[in-house]
Amino acid sequence: MTLVRTLLPPVISGALFGAGLALSGMTDPARVRGFLDVFGRWDPTLAFVMTGAVVIMAIAWRIQCRMERPVFGEKFSVPDRRDFDGRLIAGSALFGVGWGIAGLCPGPALASLALSPLAVLPFVGAMLAGMAIHNLLPATRPRLAPQEV
Amino acid sequence: MTFSAFPFVQPVHGFVGGILIGLAAAIMLLGAGRIAGVSGITARATGLSRGDTSMTSAWGFLVGLPLGAIIVALALGLAPSEFAPWPVLIVAGLVVGFGTRMGSGCTSGHGVCGLSRLSQRSMLATATFIAAGIATVAVTGAPS
Repeated sequence: MTLVRTLLPPVISGALFGAGLALSGMTDPARVRGFLDVFGRWDPTLAFVMTGAVVIMAIAWRIQCRMERPVFGEKFSVPDRRDFDGRLIAGSALFGVGWGIAGLCPGPALASLALSPLAVLPFVGAMLAGMAIHNLLPATRPRLAPQEV
Repeated sequence: MTFSAFPFVQPVHGFVGGILIGLAAAIMLLGAGRIAGVSGITARATGLSRGDTSMTSAWGFLVGLPLGAIIVALALGLAPSEFAPWPVLIVAGLVVGFGTRMGSGCTSGHGVCGLSRLSQRSMLATATFIAAGIATVAVTGAPS
């Protein structure tokens, strides 16, 4: 029963997420690169996707304010940082470069494991390696250093 | 539905798909109390980050994600997408993995969950990765 309560929200959330990505065409790298191709044949579909998702989530955040705890959990655990740092900007810029090269970000890449597993596998493997390399660099873990907390 | 100015846009599919993604993120937030950020959940599931999200939850999300996508693809008879050659995918994947950890999020965490909360960190991150993506496509060439 506990396992069901733990698994139910993330499995349903993941499935809806994947369904939304496939329906909106976001699992197609050409469509995503089309959105980024503003100086060429611009395809604004991704803007419609973001609008739909952000509107629903804005309502969800309003509801969350009035809840003491999540329906299937003990407490909310959401990001609380407000500072700007170079890592936020540099990391996002790097991500954007990779996103533009392949037309893939983590969600569509993982969803594509069911749609085109062999074609997308190099990207997913490399993405995990990139995450692991980030963990290896001590300078990129300032939040673990006591003097900087 | 098509617009003559942008013959490729699929506004209805995009908007409805976006609503599904929003509902997905809302269920994660209100049901489990967590952010539906795919890069963070992936790092959590693979043990690359510590966090309040249990590995069970993280894996649940990661199993659901391709499952939902394949159900829609089969139901609508979607044709498989074209991907870049594998050397290109490896370079892009490395940069995406490293960058999303360094920047604490990707399109879902910063884009969907952060923007909808008016998080200034997420606004800056989203503006940065979209600008970097636009610059990259401008340099590397139009989509085939």
